[in-house]
Amino acid sequence: MKHPMPDKTKVGVGLFILSEAGFFAVLVISYIYFYVLPSHGPGAASSLNAVRTLFFSICLFLSSATIHMAGRSFRLGRSNAVSTWLALTVLLGGVFITGQAVEYRGLLVRGVTFSTNLFGTTFFTLTGFHGLHVLVGLCALGTLLGATISGRLPNINSSGFEAVSMYWHFVDAVWAVIFSVVYLWPLIG
Amino acid sequence: MKDAAISDAGGLSFEQEAREGWLSWVASVDHKQIGILYLWSSTIFFVVAGVLALLMRIQLARPENHFLSPTMYNQIFTMHGTTMIFLVVVPALIGFANYLVPLMIGARDVAFPRLNALGFWAQAFGGVMLYFSFATAGLNLGGAPAVGWFAYAPLSEAAYSYGPGVDYWIIGLLGIGVGTLTAGINLIATIVCLRTEGMTFGRLPLFVWMTLVTGFLIVLVIPVLNAGLVMLLFDRMLNANFFRPSTGGSAVLWQHVFWTFGHPEVYIMVLPAFGMISEVVPVFSGKPIYGYEFVAASGVAIAFLSLAVWAHHMFAVGLGHPADLFFAISSMAIAVPTGVKIFNWTATLYHGRLRFTTSMLFALGFLAMFTIGGLSGVAFAAVPIDWQLTDSYFVVAHFHYVLFGGTAFGVFAGVYYWFPKITGRMLSERTGRLHFWLTFIGFNLTFMIQHVLGMYGMPRRVFTYPPLPGWETMNMISTIGAFVLAFAVLVFLVNVMVSLRSGEVAGDNPWNAWTLEWASTSPPPPENFPNGVPPVRGRRPLWDLAHPDRTDETLMRLAE
Repeated sequence: MKHPMPDKTKVGVGLFILSEAGFFAVLVISYIYFYVLPSHGPGAASSLNAVRTLFFSICLFLSSATIHMAGRSFRLGRSNAVSTWLALTVLLGGVFITGQAVEYRGLLVRGVTFSTNLFGTTFFTLTGFHGLHVLVGLCALGTLLGATISGRLPNINSSGFEAVSMYWHFVDAVWAVIFSVVYLWPLIG
Repeated sequence: MKDAAISDAGGLSFEQEAREGWLSWVASVDHKQIGILYLWSSTIFFVVAGVLALLMRIQLARPENHFLSPTMYNQIFTMHGTTMIFLVVVPALIGFANYLVPLMIGARDVAFPRLNALGFWAQAFGGVMLYFSFATAGLNLGGAPAVGWFAYAPLSEAAYSYGPGVDYWIIGLLGIGVGTLTAGINLIATIVCLRTEGMTFGRLPLFVWMTLVTGFLIVLVIPVLNAGLVMLLFDRMLNANFFRPSTGGSAVLWQHVFWTFGHPEVYIMVLPAFGMISEVVPVFSGKPIYGYEFVAASGVAIAFLSLAVWAHHMFAVGLGHPADLFFAISSMAIAVPTGVKIFNWTATLYHGRLRFTTSMLFALGFLAMFTIGGLSGVAFAAVPIDWQLTDSYFVVAHFHYVLFGGTAFGVFAGVYYWFPKITGRMLSERTGRLHFWLTFIGFNLTFMIQHVLGMYGMPRRVFTYPPLPGWETMNMISTIGAFVLAFAVLVFLVNVMVSLRSGEVAGDNPWNAWTLEWASTSPPPPENFPNGVPPVRGRRPLWDLAHPDRTDETLMRLAE
């Protein structure tokens, strides 16, 4: 065959991301389904601090840029730059997940829990699953970072690196949707 | 050299696979062994779910029967449906795809062999988890789930299903879902990335094409089910409110989520069978498939349409006239690409030199039975007919014509066709013909009459019925048919067991077939093609090899 076959790792991760997109689509649609119905008790407008979350969100969006830079340095074989950019990515992701923890604690203290009402149920399910994905991404990034720092960069499979990067971009993209729906929508409507 | 071997085999070494004995089955990452594991686990669950079906038919044989308690009956129909769909049909199809796809495209293994093993074992333990729910009856916790295979809320909520049965159902299905999803990802990546030289998409065997389409459906809709299951689990375990109307939740949302998965699932269960028929019919007609492009493209069209028809399962909800109209039309539209396939297979038979092997008999049975199931489906898509017949035995008859008359007949055609390749021995054709006719008669006896029962108004999922005129006789006929069908399955199992030991030795290509899997030995060695993959210059590489003067390529040039 004249054309080389596509890289199977990238195809596999791409399909995995497609399936994850289906999973999150259901959670987002369920959130919207109940958001547009009249409800009692705490809601997005009364319970959430969009400005504070915007700060943490910007950290997450920036981490998409830093993982991109890490990938570029990786292709150029610049080990130091790779570890710096990776460390920055982990740091930004860590700030985001810390911010989410702070937000959760505030909500729980004010009695907004999983079972309070449909806002609580859908909010914690949607953002909780996203947070879980951030944590998984941080584990993968941490593994890459550890390998880079200990000088094993040449052993890392380039499509493996690319796969982690694709996954991280996806996690960020999902947050862009969640942030728009959960935090921005109440501001405009 | 070592590097080449590793990249070829997707990260496994040949030494690893040389280990023999039963332990090699547990540790195996070989696509053929995993494929066989899938097929055996499917067979075991087929027998279990078949016994459950017989128990139901015994209970329904006579009016006001007390063979089973109502609770037990509810558990049994739930487990029968769940098992047949998630642990019999899907694993059987994935098992065949696992075994055959790498061979058909001239690859050494699937793209991710370890993921493949993970998928099988997740699926198997999910099945064990599901059946473990029966054990909770011993603790007076209610036993197996009793909510039907689609587990409608709020019946499936903690308030109405208080025992852990539904929780086992959810966790079991999540495990099975992980298995199915990884298989889907793996099969697509294999087909996209590991085709041998010359194996373009326009030359892929149609079974591979249908597996590819099925893979995409799996990747798109299994996560939808998983999301729904997780939400239901949260409702039950963490007091969430998703599907509980009493706290503002929506029972209809569960139906939407479930059927968004559930209807494409039907095509996940039938498209690979279409693929098998598209391999079997041409070989035993002595002709290439009629309209290859149309068979492939109509599969893609079916997959797309299947994502937009889910609410035809929900006409009785009262979604409103515009929604009903949309879903009625989209559902009827699916009949068009499906009809295209039926005509393609029929046209392949036309003027062919037919060989009536057992495999071919099942393929022809498939054509007839699936057409009946398809036609009752089109009728059902009309909203008023659905309103009249929904939740009656007409539904039961309809989907058994699709899933047994369709998929199971297709799979049996596939079993008789590929058994020689997988085991190196032929299944007995004599016993096979007996198996076919018993299946054909038993199946029609059981389910044809259920159309009428449904029109007479007998609801599905009732544990008994009053002695209304006609009901008693029709139910008895159906029960007798079920036992004939069970006997047919017994004949099949005996055939498999006997043939495994003493069947006629098959040779590489007993049917004079044309696709690459027949170029290897029967069964193929661990590395699949030790002497290299034959050149692929058309859709029928082995035909081209055997008839160098009349290759598909030269014939096509002549036609032009």
